[in-house]
Amino acid sequence: MSTQEQARVSIQSAAERVDRGAGNLRWRHFKGRLLAVFGWFSIIFGLGMLLVLILDVINRATGIFSGGPNWLTWDFFNNFDSRFAQRAGAEAAIFGTLYTISLTILFSFPISVAAAIYLEEYASDNWFTRLIEINISNLAAVPSIIYGLLGLQVFARWLLFGRSILTGALTLTLLVMPIIIVASRESIRAVPLSLRQASYALGATRWQTVWNVVLPQSIGGILTGSILAVSRAIGETAPLITIGALTFVPFLPRGIMDIFTVLPIQIFNWTSRPQDDFRSLAAAGILVLLAILLTINALAIYLRNRYQKRY
Amino acid sequence: MAVSDLRRPPNRLRAISEGIIQFIALVAASISILTTGGIVLSLLFETISFFREVSIVEFLTETEWTPLFATKKFGIWPLVSATFLTSAIAMLVAVPLGLVAAIFLSEFASDRIRRTVKPLLEILAGIPTVVYGYFALTFLTPLLRNFIPGLSIFNSLSAGIVMGVMLIPFVTSLSEDALSAVPNSLREAAYGLGSTKFEVATLVVTPAAISGIVASIVLAFSRAVGETMIVAIAAGQNPRLTLDPTVPVMTMTSYIVQVSLGDTPYGSLEYYTLYAVGFTLFLFTFVLNVFSYWMVRKFREVYD
Repeated sequence: MSTQEQARVSIQSAAERVDRGAGNLRWRHFKGRLLAVFGWFSIIFGLGMLLVLILDVINRATGIFSGGPNWLTWDFFNNFDSRFAQRAGAEAAIFGTLYTISLTILFSFPISVAAAIYLEEYASDNWFTRLIEINISNLAAVPSIIYGLLGLQVFARWLLFGRSILTGALTLTLLVMPIIIVASRESIRAVPLSLRQASYALGATRWQTVWNVVLPQSIGGILTGSILAVSRAIGETAPLITIGALTFVPFLPRGIMDIFTVLPIQIFNWTSRPQDDFRSLAAAGILVLLAILLTINALAIYLRNRYQKRY
Repeated sequence: MAVSDLRRPPNRLRAISEGIIQFIALVAASISILTTGGIVLSLLFETISFFREVSIVEFLTETEWTPLFATKKFGIWPLVSATFLTSAIAMLVAVPLGLVAAIFLSEFASDRIRRTVKPLLEILAGIPTVVYGYFALTFLTPLLRNFIPGLSIFNSLSAGIVMGVMLIPFVTSLSEDALSAVPNSLREAAYGLGSTKFEVATLVVTPAAISGIVASIVLAFSRAVGETMIVAIAAGQNPRLTLDPTVPVMTMTSYIVQVSLGDTPYGSLEYYTLYAVGFTLFLFTFVLNVFSYWMVRKFREVYD
């Protein structure tokens, strides 16, 4: 077929398509409605799964719909793990999560905010800044289990921290830092230049401007982003398994060099046991975990609304 | 910027403290480079140790993965095939549902619906993966066994489906951003030529946003490849080279979990396999991430 012929055929078929379309307006509009129906279906499918998941977990944990035994009792919070489901609880896991996450916040928040301040307020546009930026966006997409391998090698082996809370917290710190940095940068960038200029005009130095003007104006966004990052860290399981957080810990951690377990690992452990009772215990653990995450997310939404600023 | 001339501190002491603060901030920002370096170096060191004992040819050509057995075989393909099988199933769920939801939210839904539905869908992305794993194993698999009699208790089908549900908001949110970034003038021009809403959405807006949409799909795939707890709980612990979604398999991430749960002595061959598999996983996700980054850069339509 020559080029001319090809062009003629394609124009012809295009014209035919237009003809067919124009003569069939009802079908063309119907396709739109069909897409809207599929759109609703997708959304309802996703949210429906979420609803089923939550109801199923509630039912298994408390037996509220099926009339089974309630596993979410006072004992659940007051007992350590056990070979017997009746005596097993999540006390060590809950405290382990509390300690690990507190330490993670302590490490990750100041470093990430400092990094965000550097990138937004100090850094000039050179190769080093671009290298940092590329690294941060790449790190945000690295699978969490890889961070576990890093923590195992660098913190547990090379720095001799072992399978301790410290190793876990440092690993989670590296994991959430990119998230906090990205959120903080966005929030800092949203502070209008005119506020900084006003501060400089009054004779403030760069740091005085950052500390007295930029940070107070952007703290809402920084906190919201950090809280969401922390909620991600609370749910993380894989990196902590990799660094060797133990599943059977029959005592409360006394210091940051102690071995530990966390709630998601405890849930994983109970889920992997074949007995049905342990699956119910896992459901109780999930319920506690989801309740913690829900509270934290509500706090983030509250802070976002409270500090929301328009210029 | 004229402002920069005014930033000069008034006295020496202040100049020094300003310098110190700037240096501290610089160090904090540089930790990201150290982290990447740490990841690459620690993976590389132990992977090299691994390949001192196992030939790279065996790693890439052997079809069995049995490092914990008496007769050890080190073929990575069973783990790679399982990873791609579960990820592919997840994409079959997440891409159509996520994309249709994105097009619907961006082009059809009212502002009020969009503002209600998006945060609700985000909840799905915030559920810990260990919870999804539990759901796949204890709810979806028994449910699917009613329809598929041959389905094993551990299988890649229900792990993949649940992983897909987890990734719906990921695809929706990123694709919706790309779609709503398309300027209204394009839509108005298409309406002016007599297009219907459907035609505007599918023939004008979607092609204009295609780089962002493809990037979101590639990123979601990368997430699926690196996802650990769902497959570790629900897909099984049996390394085998198969594309059958009804039997237990073992992904790269499940292998890392399985070895980590045991007490692996430092410096043993088992310990090195952890890093050889981890390095392979890192390479796959790295290539996917770079590809999606490049995709957005290269094919972004720039308006105004």
